[in-house]
Amino acid sequence: MVMDKTKSKYSKENYNLKPGDFNTERKPTWCSGCGNYGIWNSLKKTFVKLYLMPHEILIVYGIGCSGNGANFIKTYAFHALHGRALPVATGAKLANHKLNVMIIGGDGDGVGIGGNHFMHTCRRNINMTYLLHNNKVYGLTTGQTAPTSDKGFKTKSTPSGVLEKPVNPVLLALASGATYVARGFSGDTSHLSEVIRKAIKHKGFSFIDVLQPCVTFNKQNTYDFYREKIYKLDEIKSYDKSDLNEAIKRSMEEEKIPIGIFYQVERPLYEDGLKQIERKPLVDHIITDIDINRLLNNYY
Amino acid sequence: MKVSNLTWKIGGEAGFGILSTGKIFSKIFAKKGYSVIDNNEYSSLIRGGHNTYTIRISSNEIFSTNKDINILVALNEETIRLHQEEVTYGGYIVYDENDCNIGDFKKARKDINYVMVPFSKIISELGAPKVMVNNVSLGASVALINYDLEILKNVIKDIFGRKGSEIVNLNIKSSELGYKYIKKKLKINVYELEIVKPVSKMLVTGNDAVFLGAVRAGCKFYAAYPMTPSSILHLFASIEDDYNIVTKHAEDEMAVINMAIGASFVGARAMVATSGGGFSLMNEGISSAAMTETPIVIVLCQRPAPATGLPTWTEQGDMLFAVHSSHGEFLRVVIAPGDPEECFYLTGEAFNLADKYQIPVIIMLDKYLSESHFSYEKFDFKNITVDRGKLLSKSKDIDGEYRRYFNTDDGISPRVVAGIKGGIHIANSDEHDEDGYSEESAHNRKIMVDKRFRKIKKLIEEIPPPKIYGPIDAEITVWSWGSCKGPILEAMNILNQKEKKVNLIHFTYLYPFDSESIEGIIEESNKNVVVENNKTSQLAKIIMMNTGYKIKNKILKYSGRQFLPEEIISGIEKIE
Ligand SMILES: Cc1ncc(C[n+]2csc(CCOP(=O)(O)OP(=O)(O)O)c2C)c(N)n1
Ligand code: SF4
Ligand SMILES: [Mg+2]
Repeated sequence: MVMDKTKSKYSKENYNLKPGDFNTERKPTWCSGCGNYGIWNSLKKTFVKLYLMPHEILIVYGIGCSGNGANFIKTYAFHALHGRALPVATGAKLANHKLNVMIIGGDGDGVGIGGNHFMHTCRRNINMTYLLHNNKVYGLTTGQTAPTSDKGFKTKSTPSGVLEKPVNPVLLALASGATYVARGFSGDTSHLSEVIRKAIKHKGFSFIDVLQPCVTFNKQNTYDFYREKIYKLDEIKSYDKSDLNEAIKRSMEEEKIPIGIFYQVERPLYEDGLKQIERKPLVDHIITDIDINRLLNNYY
Repeated sequence: MKVSNLTWKIGGEAGFGILSTGKIFSKIFAKKGYSVIDNNEYSSLIRGGHNTYTIRISSNEIFSTNKDINILVALNEETIRLHQEEVTYGGYIVYDENDCNIGDFKKARKDINYVMVPFSKIISELGAPKVMVNNVSLGASVALINYDLEILKNVIKDIFGRKGSEIVNLNIKSSELGYKYIKKKLKINVYELEIVKPVSKMLVTGNDAVFLGAVRAGCKFYAAYPMTPSSILHLFASIEDDYNIVTKHAEDEMAVINMAIGASFVGARAMVATSGGGFSLMNEGISSAAMTETPIVIVLCQRPAPATGLPTWTEQGDMLFAVHSSHGEFLRVVIAPGDPEECFYLTGEAFNLADKYQIPVIIMLDKYLSESHFSYEKFDFKNITVDRGKLLSKSKDIDGEYRRYFNTDDGISPRVVAGIKGGIHIANSDEHDEDGYSEESAHNRKIMVDKRFRKIKKLIEEIPPPKIYGPIDAEITVWSWGSCKGPILEAMNILNQKEKKVNLIHFTYLYPFDSESIEGIIEESNKNVVVENNKTSQLAKIIMMNTGYKIKNKILKYSGRQFLPEEIISGIEKIE
């Protein structure tokens, strides 16, 4: 009822942007070969495919190499604190649900310091898209273990190897109630771009775990490593995206790594439960002379 | 006996509805035009523990509760044990012999009257549930003051109406029985309040007032995690549909502040509230609002800390924490209203200052101010007006190429509502250039720090200096802030009956600190003393930090309880 999936007012007829039009005046500062480039390119391509204009999009970024993308993608951007991108995005979306809201952040940001927000944002099912740039390491702080690092992974902060089991972001999203859960690979931009496009089109909270090689600090989870292990869920004819059990099972595979959409269902949006935004976004209300007599009378 | 002032206190175990009983008693006097101030004290337990509710009623203007109790209603023996000492000469203790063994107490204080009312017997004969002893005590108290039973019945009806007529009738009946019991037993009226102009007064707490002020100011997004002052959360949630406000009970206080920042970023006025623990968790978020220049209003209700501390009691221990909150140097406004009326208007102001200067504004309350009821004839809500400063909400308002952090003369850069065409930018928690791009050069850093701080020039002109109460040329000048205002004004009025003994400099704006005007006041005054509900005299510290003046005399309290005027009087009398 509240909303159709947020979409652009623009269409084939009046839209003439190219991916390059989403570049800012700043050139990316990522290491050459970094997986962030693939995600960056896929994203810009997707915006064009969806006829989205830069001002119709708000991306909230966390802090990390991934978050630095705030400087390189031309949309409204909020470069939030480390781990706090999801709540900033949530507040923004609830205050103006007409905006296309996306979140970009690292694995440390999303399932480490911001882990609590991740779980709760999934279960809320607010109509936003979250791209987790998962390089299984802390990039910006120059190579410490991440919560997603494989057991035994040697880093500056774990010279004898990580003792914990890694967090599995896909499994966590499934368990927490996200309604669109996918995985992409920054080394396959046309596949990734499709996964992103469907995520943005999805009515509900969409989560994409993007396997993103960090060429500088993660010599284990490389492009080749992934290319060897990856297979595509959409190539399995019998795969039922609405089957949570199946999605959970696939998400736990380690020898072979599935990419594509694990799970997609429709569930009422958080926004659908908010009568106060049914007619128009909160920000569109005029606030200059609100009559509170009715409230004051309660106190006599 | 005709009186202009009367203090009533009820005490009993938690779970016995002391809170709602007290509120009813306050209401019946406010409704008829009396001045009322109350204070409820309870422990952080759902059952058990000792709760009290103290109400001061007056036919004149009053500013706080006081120490001398005229009527003490004891729903258990512990109430007498803990509070007998507070009962004034000739005062009354109302008790039930079933619950209280009164013998020793009578011996200890022969100057007061002991009125036995068989609360439990009345209730069991009526077949009403035990919690309704409250109502018997209310009826008995009304009779002791020769007050109007009808108004009590009306208020009970208002408050319990939702629970159905059977419950309402039992409540009313039990209060009638208490009333009749006293009327029969005592032939004379014990107390009688002087007549006042019969105008119905509203009864509001600091929390109510902040909420009302925020709704009027157009707050559209309110987030909180349950913690004092949680009634603000409940109030927002109860009206969110009618007033088009989104209220969010978020997963933690980091989420709370960051959600509010997100809402504010896209143009909605946003507020959050918490007490010390939650404020600690919000701290990083406050700096994010500062760096991105996103307006935000934060209510900080002080409780005795550190850690969980005394979660249901009061203190003023967080002033310096608020003034210096979060990392880095940045401009903020810290406001500390002294009473609910100031809470109302200053909350309106807080939103304007946040918007105009694009900074965090912190409103400091304490548990006493948050939860005590004060009576007022009215709040003139038209006096809260909305000024959103340099906010551009339409594309056509944007003049040329938009630069979010444009280095203007006054330091304030036009802010757009995110989503409009032509206003694209990065709100950046990294240091950034005028467009919002991350930028680390020394040259840029200095420019941006100066830009953000330059706002102080206009801001300080706009912020009113502390208010002076009492004679200008008093012998002693009391310096204080926040909710100490009430007890100090009471003390001042008593001390000044004969001579020009005391005046009060009360800070409602704690920061930014206008050193020049404060220095002027200090130089003019004779003897100075600070009154603060904390251990380390934080106001004295901030005055010294900003002016170099050291106020040596201090009246401090840090027991978790609000000051009583009597304590301030005795503190002042000790000053040499
Ligand atoms: C509260 C806080 N703690 C620590 C940091 C330092 N820090 C910046 S980025 C980062 C981790 C980055 O890792 P990740 O989120 O995986 O992002 P990546 O750089 O790998 O994209 C840390 C710990 C910070 N900015 N804030
Ligand atoms: S450190 Fe790793 S994640 Fe960061 S830019 Fe370099 S390759 Fe990319
Ligand atoms: Mg990472």
